[in-house]
Amino acid sequence: MSIDPHLSGLSGTVVHDAIVPARAPWLHHIAAGQTLRIVDLEGNQAVDFLLYATADHAERYSAQDTVAAQGNLFLREGTVLRSNEGRPMMTIVATSVDYHDTIGGACSCESNTLRYGHHTKAEHACVENFLEANLREGRGKRDIVSNINFFMNVPVEPDGSLGIVDGISAPGLTVDLRADMDVTVVVSNCPQINNPCNGFNPTPVRMIVAA
Amino acid sequence: MTANLANPQAARDHARGMAGAVVDAMPVLPPVADDLPAGVPADDLLWEETIAAGGYATRRLARGARLRLIDLEGDACASLLMFNAEMPTERLNVADTVKVQWNAYLGEGKLLLSDMGRVLMSFLEDGAGTHDCFSGTSNAATNAARYGDGRNSGAYPSGRDRFLLGAAKHGLQRRDVHPCVTLFKGATIAADGAIVPQIGPYAPGRTVVLRAEMDVIVVIANCPHVLDPREAWTVTPLRATAWRGPVTPEDDPVRTATPEGLRAFQNVEDYFRR
Repeated sequence: MSIDPHLSGLSGTVVHDAIVPARAPWLHHIAAGQTLRIVDLEGNQAVDFLLYATADHAERYSAQDTVAAQGNLFLREGTVLRSNEGRPMMTIVATSVDYHDTIGGACSCESNTLRYGHHTKAEHACVENFLEANLREGRGKRDIVSNINFFMNVPVEPDGSLGIVDGISAPGLTVDLRADMDVTVVVSNCPQINNPCNGFNPTPVRMIVAA
Repeated sequence: MTANLANPQAARDHARGMAGAVVDAMPVLPPVADDLPAGVPADDLLWEETIAAGGYATRRLARGARLRLIDLEGDACASLLMFNAEMPTERLNVADTVKVQWNAYLGEGKLLLSDMGRVLMSFLEDGAGTHDCFSGTSNAATNAARYGDGRNSGAYPSGRDRFLLGAAKHGLQRRDVHPCVTLFKGATIAADGAIVPQIGPYAPGRTVVLRAEMDVIVVIANCPHVLDPREAWTVTPLRATAWRGPVTPEDDPVRTATPEGLRAFQNVEDYFRR
């Protein structure tokens, strides 16, 4: 019997284990104290990520509150993911990738027309996934805010130049998030094919919840 | 001893006796400004208001209108929310604003983009150069931790709580208060991702002029920057002036400056093709 390498170092009992297909959304409720591990199965796959307080969906992940509280744009081990009311929602308790992005936002059909041209408008996009997943629970467009992009790399140069560049992730790398409150996680496994965020080839990711 | 206001007539006379009072932070109705740019007729003036330190204001502005913000005393901090006035589910998207323009910093010629691939407002003039797309604004908890109180009803209201009230006056809710941009107080980003606040204080009178590229609702909160290192809650009044202006023409240099920006203007023009 072989040991699953993706479970290495994850303590507790696995209560949920899912493969999110390339380009697909994922929604899951995670209880306070549980840990979510995201596995970048094939490497450099951006995982666009939003959080809502399960008890009150108007409280949600805030990129701005998160980076202001730590004085740094990059999400690293120890980063507390904060809500729009400043409360801890989840904490990055481990990551085998140095840092993750939260300034690059999510691709949308509409922003694709700006970045690449109107020929990309019909392509699938993260905001489509966010909408589809959120609509299942009564949330909608007003609930989509600046998100996290796990396994995505957005450096800022001294002159302010900024962009999505080649990733720093690799096959099998992981990030572990401990829930600090009951949270609803909404993910888009990014379908973008016009920039390096997915190595121009969207691939599946694995979601493991341990309690 | 206070006046005897035991009956409605006396209370009315007392209230009416306040007419004509002038304070530092207030709107001027009808608007009057003696410093409009050359060529702007006084008749085109739409809005003249001084927003208190710690205060907020909101305004619906028509496509083409200009919004001038002046940091009167050098310590204003103008955090902005922005919505498409006829469909407020469309709102400012800070991530798209920096990503689409391939740059982290706001300034002359830059665009404020919506989540629908359109330009809500553009920067016509920037006499400040210290703005912030990343840090957001304070909330009741951060102000309580920093200053001992963060309530709207207290002495140190937070930017988020100001936004909640301003947005609510357009029928909007908590879920509509989206990530903001802040003008006059800035942030630069170091190579390691560190946020380096630019707080000043600065010389009085720094000015920013924005142009509405769509019909917009703007909510402005004038509260201390969330990363202001000063021990005291420090902020000074902000002056807002708006006037009518022409819709952006095809050969406008801001419209044509970049291919991404041009497509954002084309998306606006397509939206108004009706």
